[in-house]
Amino acid sequence: MNRLAPSRTTRWVIGILVGAFFAIPMGSTLLYTFRDGDGFSPVHWAALFDPARAALYAPIWTGLGNSVVLSVLTVAIVLFVLAPTMVLVHLRFPRLRPGFEFLVLLPISIPAIVLVVGLAPIYLQLGRMLGTGTWTLAFAYGITVLPFAYRAIQASIDAVDIRTLSEAARALGAGWGTVLLRVIAPNLRSGLLAASLISVAVVLGEFTIASLLNRQVFQTALVVVKNSDGYAAAVFTLLALAFAFVLLIVIGIAGRARAGKAGS
Amino acid sequence: MTTATPVTPDGAERTAPPRRGASHLLAWLGLAPFLAYVLLFLALPTVLALASGLFDSDGAFTLDNVAALGDPVILTTFWSSTWLSLLTAVVGAVLGALVCYAMLGLSETGPMRTAVDAAAGVFAQFGGVMLAFAFIATIGLQGVVTQLLTGAGIDIFADGPWIYELPGLILPYVFFQIPLMVITFMPALSALKPQWAEANLTLGGMRASFWTRVGIPVLAPSFLACTLLLFANAFSSYATAAALASQGSQIVPLQIRTALTSETVLGRENLAGALALGMIVVVGVVMWLYSLVQRRAARWQG
Repeated sequence: MNRLAPSRTTRWVIGILVGAFFAIPMGSTLLYTFRDGDGFSPVHWAALFDPARAALYAPIWTGLGNSVVLSVLTVAIVLFVLAPTMVLVHLRFPRLRPGFEFLVLLPISIPAIVLVVGLAPIYLQLGRMLGTGTWTLAFAYGITVLPFAYRAIQASIDAVDIRTLSEAARALGAGWGTVLLRVIAPNLRSGLLAASLISVAVVLGEFTIASLLNRQVFQTALVVVKNSDGYAAAVFTLLALAFAFVLLIVIGIAGRARAGKAGS
Repeated sequence: MTTATPVTPDGAERTAPPRRGASHLLAWLGLAPFLAYVLLFLALPTVLALASGLFDSDGAFTLDNVAALGDPVILTTFWSSTWLSLLTAVVGAVLGALVCYAMLGLSETGPMRTAVDAAAGVFAQFGGVMLAFAFIATIGLQGVVTQLLTGAGIDIFADGPWIYELPGLILPYVFFQIPLMVITFMPALSALKPQWAEANLTLGGMRASFWTRVGIPVLAPSFLACTLLLFANAFSSYATAAALASQGSQIVPLQIRTALTSETVLGRENLAGALALGMIVVVGVVMWLYSLVQRRAARWQG
């Protein structure tokens, strides 16, 4: 227990006040989804499984499908483009690291809406070459997740001495491919997992780029459905938030497992 | 992928110049895919966005779009964005810092701490559209809290449906600012050493004097840096406002949307470019200040 911690009473007062600020909108949304005329019933939740209303919710499933494909592609960019480059910079170009770090953290300070202004002409060209499929958004999403993925992976790289590991493996005759896949990747497992999960969360929550480039993803579908059925939008909102919460709990537990291992 | 190279026991292979040159070249090539990717999807769009504000729809150089930033309507929008961001950044920073302070009492590996961390992550990054919906369900015209208050004789919309206008953005923005503050400020607070409190007591200080003489001065730069980050975050935010305000463009990102999607006025894309330029200048200055303050703040961490 930290000596600087406030007294139990102070802790409870802060916890309850700020907790209420977060609990009230969440609780209200939950109550809202159970509204049935003047009473309460799970009618809006049951409606999700009602075949008669399937057409109404179709955009959600299409959007969710697209978002899942985008998540997979974005995670692939993180794992197969960003992560190997980070290892390479760490092992061979340590002096490039400050510049590299500046580059990957840059998307934090460029608002997504500004990026869209410049991406619009690029996607016009890309559309001619690759078609206007939603999956092409993954290129843009790979950029927006860079700072988050970088931090997660870098924490792992700093915690494991990959230089010694890779030199040992090289000395034993392993090629670079083997070193990367069978020596370094398993040691960075928790960082790669956290980077992947956070990328999934960011992609599922992304609205700005998809909306302005006229692509159908989960968030844009929510807005469409909201216009005809506000209750369904609220139900899906709660489900998505719960899903993201579970994802981040998994990250937390993975991080703790790593911290525990490093400590022993 | 290279094949395994035979290694002499003393490791001389790695210092042999010709081989080193070849592998060095190969290493540089390894950087190429990432560099190409970042160039094409980060550098190029940023340059395009900023440059498009400097040209008219025929591609000729002009300062008209940049001059349009001086338009009273646009200036008002920039001012609205600025005070909204400033207000929610300060409120979010103070409340977020209080949460961090309370979290000092939680075990760092305990389930409560994991849950708070995860919740902060969800609400800071997964907000946007869904956050707007949650607030409509809560204090929208048919919201749960609105109806409760109406039942108690309080009409929060007596002055009009402000939830869909600029003031309606304040609560949702604070809602995502607090968790961002928790995420960014917690490391600074955790870096305060309990030994400093003991030293303070040994030297005859009181519990309160620790905070006024040591804690707050040490944390002030971090607090300021985090507040700047929150400001940039609110200034850049688009999704919440887009989902709440279906028409009108009260803040800069919504004005960019109007300029981008306007089908009636040709050449408005270039106004979007000028607005993007204005945004980059504001966010750029704020992030530059952030890095200056952060450097000072980092002195006590690590």
